[in-house]
Amino acid sequence: MSYIGRSLRRIEDRPLLLGAGSFAADCNASDQLHMRIVRSPVAFGRIVSVETAEARALEGVVAVWTIADVAELPPIDFRQMGLETLAPYRQFVLARDYVRYVGEPVAVVLATDPYVAEDAADLVFCDVEELAAQLDATAPPVAFMPDIHPGLLSEPAVLRRAYGDLDAAFVAAERIVALEVKVGRHSGVPLETRGALGIYDADKNVLTLYGAAKVPHYNRDAISKMLGLGSGRLHLSEGHVGGGFGIRGELYPEDVLVCAAALRLRRPVKWIEDRKEHLLAANHSRDQVYRLRAAIDKRGFILGLKAQFFTDQGAYVRTHGTTVTDLSAAMLPGPYVIPAYSVEGHIRLTNKTPAGTYRAPGRYESTFARERLIDRIAAELGLSPIEVRRVNFIAAEAMPFDRGIKTLGTGVVYDSGKYGDLLQRVLDRLDYDRLQEELAARRSRGEHVGLGIACFVEKSGLGPQDLVRIKVDRRGAVEIVTGVASVGQGVETALAQICAETMQVPIERISVIHGQTDRIEIGFGAFASRVTVMAGSAVKIASEALRDRALETAAKLLQTTPNALHLSNGTVAAIGGAASLPLGDVALHLEDCGGLTSEGRFVAGHMTYPYGIHAAQVKVDPSTCGVTIERYLVGYDVGRAINPMLIEGQIVGAAAQGIGGALLEEFVYDENGQPLAASFADYLMPTCHEVPEVEVLLREDAPSPLNPLGVKGAGEAGINAVGAALAAAIDAALQKPGAVAQLPITPARLHAILRGSGS
Amino acid sequence: MASKLGVNLTVNGRSHAVSIEPRRSLADVLRDDCGLTGTHLGCEHGVCGACTVLVDGKPVRSCLMFGVQAGGKEIRTVEGLADDDTLHPLQQAFWENHGLQCGFCTPGFLMLAAGALEENPDMSDDEIKDVLSSNLCRCTGYQNIVKAVRIAARELRARSRA
Repeated sequence: MSYIGRSLRRIEDRPLLLGAGSFAADCNASDQLHMRIVRSPVAFGRIVSVETAEARALEGVVAVWTIADVAELPPIDFRQMGLETLAPYRQFVLARDYVRYVGEPVAVVLATDPYVAEDAADLVFCDVEELAAQLDATAPPVAFMPDIHPGLLSEPAVLRRAYGDLDAAFVAAERIVALEVKVGRHSGVPLETRGALGIYDADKNVLTLYGAAKVPHYNRDAISKMLGLGSGRLHLSEGHVGGGFGIRGELYPEDVLVCAAALRLRRPVKWIEDRKEHLLAANHSRDQVYRLRAAIDKRGFILGLKAQFFTDQGAYVRTHGTTVTDLSAAMLPGPYVIPAYSVEGHIRLTNKTPAGTYRAPGRYESTFARERLIDRIAAELGLSPIEVRRVNFIAAEAMPFDRGIKTLGTGVVYDSGKYGDLLQRVLDRLDYDRLQEELAARRSRGEHVGLGIACFVEKSGLGPQDLVRIKVDRRGAVEIVTGVASVGQGVETALAQICAETMQVPIERISVIHGQTDRIEIGFGAFASRVTVMAGSAVKIASEALRDRALETAAKLLQTTPNALHLSNGTVAAIGGAASLPLGDVALHLEDCGGLTSEGRFVAGHMTYPYGIHAAQVKVDPSTCGVTIERYLVGYDVGRAINPMLIEGQIVGAAAQGIGGALLEEFVYDENGQPLAASFADYLMPTCHEVPEVEVLLREDAPSPLNPLGVKGAGEAGINAVGAALAAAIDAALQKPGAVAQLPITPARLHAILRGSGS
Repeated sequence: MASKLGVNLTVNGRSHAVSIEPRRSLADVLRDDCGLTGTHLGCEHGVCGACTVLVDGKPVRSCLMFGVQAGGKEIRTVEGLADDDTLHPLQQAFWENHGLQCGFCTPGFLMLAAGALEENPDMSDDEIKDVLSSNLCRCTGYQNIVKAVRIAARELRARSRA
């Protein structure tokens, strides 16, 4: 029976449908304390004092800590892409000397009741000598913490990458095209806020942290190091996770404080973030300004591209180090040849919430910039934007294509892709020429309608490796244990399908254990669209090994050879014969010699690069400056689809988030650095009214040669080019090429465009 | 600590006698005092709808209602939707149509749709979409949720005719 390629319903859904999930807030322990964070009310200032006496006096309060109480804890280190120059910009678990953003943890209250903890937090007074907040990442850098780090400026790093002869390109150019564009500050905002429950078992001397997500193994090691816990003394356990999107599961101050408090107070400690805290304290993202200069020939071919951009990193450099800026620099060229390129990415600190990755980090932004550039080139030369894209595409014959630069420590080598072919398929699906005629006819009748196209290359399957173990018990039940994590994307079903197909075991018998650091010694987590590629490949390898072992064992028992047997429906059977043995019986036979188990490890030195195209058709209402998306299509080549329904679910859901970032969502600050989007009434996420039916044209034309399944990741395809496609569509609707230069395209910004006063 | 009041809640047909502070939200009472953690809190300011439950048959944001206001009323939560092992048609349709990913918003959407369909079993597709725009989902992009509710509505109508 075939399992790969089928749109099976998910094996993980039942408890979620019944209300029997175990999200962070659903975990409780008897005698638990509740933690509440006291957060900075100002954006930047020197801490004079933090007065806690009144809070301590409240009945039910067990402890109130400031940085003085946890002075021994080091700052939170980088998980990836750290640089030595970034070290002084790391965040401590509680503010030390200065506060640098509204929402920064200043003190922590521990009380017997969550309502009391919140009452007490209100009684803590932060006396801060306020300083002028830096809010513009393109402004000249200023002092980071003037008295503590004299001379240290708010520009932790500038990343530079280059290849090719850029000077020659500009000399040979027919024309120079320049533009500046900006992507606003928005973020993942999962529907479950962050949370944690730390329980210290004194008898075993083991601390367990529930509510883990994304990278439990890494966080186990990082927290152990910070708290000085020896190997095996800390365990992280992932329950259900209410959405990840890059921001959830990174190591934050609150996670460390929960662990420190549970250890010190010898009582379970629970912390559940409220929504306002989430919007002020969990990683923000995006917020980049790009300045591009392209040297082009008369066909619109880009001979050379010179790019400068600024990442508004917020107040501190968190666990991601340079990740977003690094990916932006490497992925900006996208699906185009661009024979000469130089880029300068400035990481700048401001007095806003620290930033990290959000679904398609560095690509949502750089795709917006690059595709705006392509549209500008087409407009300046009077060419079709489709033609300019075709002229610049990397040809299928040029694959694998080595970009000649690195990202995330690995060379950017596009493994496979048929960009021109996918573009044609998207145009055919749209019936492009007819559609453009129809839109032109509507425009001539006074409607503001238009179509925009944007192309992108994604990256997925980040290594270095993943390990899985599979075990079959005497009942024939199959358990897969993996170190990856689930953030709700369907990991269990996808991995079970690969196992079921390879071993020919009914999927109902398979269970998948993930995110438990005491079940498997290594794990690299769920990010960078890596799970199906990395853990999926490891599952295939382990399943093959298990199948071979089962056949060998059964051959002995049935007095035949493994070649004469096959696995079908969970039973070893003679090919064309009557003899058979259930897999559970094979496992039973092996119980005295280690059981029917196997291990699979998949190692990858390079990422795999899927690609896609977004097409948006919009209607602008000039009286309200509202934008209606009439049609949205995502063409995407995933290499090989394990479960098309789940992939389409990923794409549609990501597209909705992309629409949010393009039209609605923005963390706005006033001139003092006070956040103005601190509730869902001000931070606007799309409802089902703002999200159109998203059509998905899912292709398997260019499987990855880099893994045994041929798969590429699917998590970020749906969001990557939304900003770019909607901007192009709105330009077309207004018949004003290049009008949209800033996301989100709010009614106020659209109004300014319509009145001719810029974007 | 504020003084507590004794309240008798009827949740999914079962009686719960609880002693609660007047300021305690119904959502917290359901989750912490009744042990029914299927009702989720996504914003605690009445926008996201993850905490939607039925109070006397009507969808209500349980984060915006005090527990003490719910005394004597019939409350239904996601835990009461299935008939033992048999999923409610809404639950079944969400499952078949991939109407959930992380599942955090799911109980709120299920109860919102259950209440709306009980009130008006003949909602048009557009009316269904209008109702569902009350709640937020961050994973699915909504189209499978809307599809699942439309399918479940048809199934419920067919059952009531049978």
